[in-house]
Amino acid sequence: MLSRGVRPLMADRHLEPDTPELRARWGNFAWTAENAEQAKVIIARYPAIRQRSAVMPLLDLAQRQVGVETQTQGWLPIPVMEFVARQLDMPAIRVVEVATFYTMYNLVPVGRFHVQVCRTSPCWLRGSEDVLSACKARGMSVGHTSADGLFTLTEVECMGNCSSAPMFQINDDNYEDLTAESAAHILDELAAGRWPKVGTQLPGRHTVEPLGGPTTLTAMVDANYDYRGEW
Amino acid sequence: MLADKDRIFTNLYGYQPWNLAAAQARGDWDNTKALLERGQDAIIQEMKDSGLRGRGGAGFPTGMKWSFMPKESKDGRPSFLVINADESEPGSCKDREILRHDPHKLIEGALVAGFAMRARAAYIYIRGEYIREAEVLFAAVQEAYDAGLIGKNACGSGYDYDVFVHRGAGAYICGEETAMLESLEGKKGQPRLKPPFPAGAGLYGCPTTVNNVESIAVAPTILRRGAAWFAGFGAKGNSGTKLFQISGHVDKPCVVEEAMSIPFRELIEKHCGGIRGGWDNLLCVIPGGSSVPLVPAAQIVDAPMDFDGLKAVGSGLGTAAVIVMDKSTDVVESIARLSHFYMHESCGQCTPCREGTGWMYRIMERLRSGEADVGEIDMLQQVTKQVEGHTICALGDAAAWPIQGLIRHFRPELERRIAENVREAAE
Repeated sequence: MLSRGVRPLMADRHLEPDTPELRARWGNFAWTAENAEQAKVIIARYPAIRQRSAVMPLLDLAQRQVGVETQTQGWLPIPVMEFVARQLDMPAIRVVEVATFYTMYNLVPVGRFHVQVCRTSPCWLRGSEDVLSACKARGMSVGHTSADGLFTLTEVECMGNCSSAPMFQINDDNYEDLTAESAAHILDELAAGRWPKVGTQLPGRHTVEPLGGPTTLTAMVDANYDYRGEW
Repeated sequence: MLADKDRIFTNLYGYQPWNLAAAQARGDWDNTKALLERGQDAIIQEMKDSGLRGRGGAGFPTGMKWSFMPKESKDGRPSFLVINADESEPGSCKDREILRHDPHKLIEGALVAGFAMRARAAYIYIRGEYIREAEVLFAAVQEAYDAGLIGKNACGSGYDYDVFVHRGAGAYICGEETAMLESLEGKKGQPRLKPPFPAGAGLYGCPTTVNNVESIAVAPTILRRGAAWFAGFGAKGNSGTKLFQISGHVDKPCVVEEAMSIPFRELIEKHCGGIRGGWDNLLCVIPGGSSVPLVPAAQIVDAPMDFDGLKAVGSGLGTAAVIVMDKSTDVVESIARLSHFYMHESCGQCTPCREGTGWMYRIMERLRSGEADVGEIDMLQQVTKQVEGHTICALGDAAAWPIQGLIRHFRPELERRIAENVREAAE
């Protein structure tokens, strides 16, 4: 239907089939000791009779635990969703509804690095197609995981880094002000087991100030300046 | 140009640490107890007098919004403040800088605002993709608890007040206030019918106010410096300072705090190094994030960047996310990509939006490639009118307006492509 490779719509997302193998692998999912403590902290953020509010952070926690166990970004097998449902005393279908509605929950296995290239207009105006090409040049294709299990490539909508565009997010970190070259370099570094610099990739840029140095608040660059004396 | 001493977000670029000690050295949490001792009514009056209009896009007067909250609970229900940090509107990237570089301004604002509206707690709903930003925010909230600034007897004021952080998980629609409440309650983020309005029945059925990050984070400074100071910037009815986020075809994209009503040309010249290729190379600008119509170069260059000034040129200030396009831009693809965004982000609840956003994107793709029939331009316009105003929330409107703006200003370009396509096919 769509003329170009795009991330599936919410309604098009599908679950990994509920097979005996899936049950065998994930049916006994339980929190690690550390995550069990973290789950308690999360649930305590909400009123006692409203613990269902914790479903989103618990799904995130579960996805991360699966990620650690599988050496990937993590995903949510159905038995894991059922585990979260039991913990919050809610019907499993309500958890599945949430997991399928929000795009950050991976419903199928992903690679070790989930490369999410922003495709929306502000990034596109600054060259997001070059970033996508750099990913494809490494053998990735949108919606798929590379044969070595290292990279999953996804095109995503606006990530809110528009003044340092184009960007991609890989697992928990953003890489901004990308070019085809810097994007390729980052992927090479990750593949080699190293951790490239996060944030802007432009030499001389700190965060989202104008390149070449801020036009405002210059006193803040070198000192934690207190402007109240000038009020 | 706004003087540095009048800028609220002094650590905007994160050259200095975000932590409590550094924030206090910059003036945050400075005798917050005294601010609270002015009393609820005085705080709300000061906010009203400041002329602050909500920074999330709609521009509703913030002080007035706070005043809608019940002054006492007749049935024992608590009140809540929900802070909208679900920044996802294409072009918008200001709240991210507050969250990761100046989180204590937001947390102090959460206390002051929550106190003024007699809330029991604040929930800060931060978009899921802001992962590192959320880590900073969680840590900053913990610092504030540890220092006794929030929690029981916040700042020694005798007022008990909690601040919780809730992470989203990738759904633009949760920036709509009632979808956000649904999401906070652990459901799909689908907007609620209004009424009842959140001030009557919001989070967990309790009175709730939803405010943007920037609206809340500026409140303590407004109270410290006075309503008159804040109202002294910008044109009448558009007062204050504002975080502008400039992206696209300028020499130096950036986020910068400026006075409201700054002319477009001045904003770009002073902070962005000008338009790429010079002013003659400017094609058009989306001045307030993806949901507002684009404005052609001739109309935008001298327009004041504020609510009324941009309304006068058929657009809006929105979140002050300024997307600049030069003459090399395929403007049809640029808008088609926004249509794709809305198709992707439609929550699926209302048929006109769920189906309409897909239709609009598919026709936009045909217009982009030129394979459409000339009649499809009017058909597309008609579809936008069938979506606009026929949905529970404003996402349908937001999907329709950029396309209407494109047709209004670039119909000749759409027709040219179709003609060219026909000619090529004939050859």
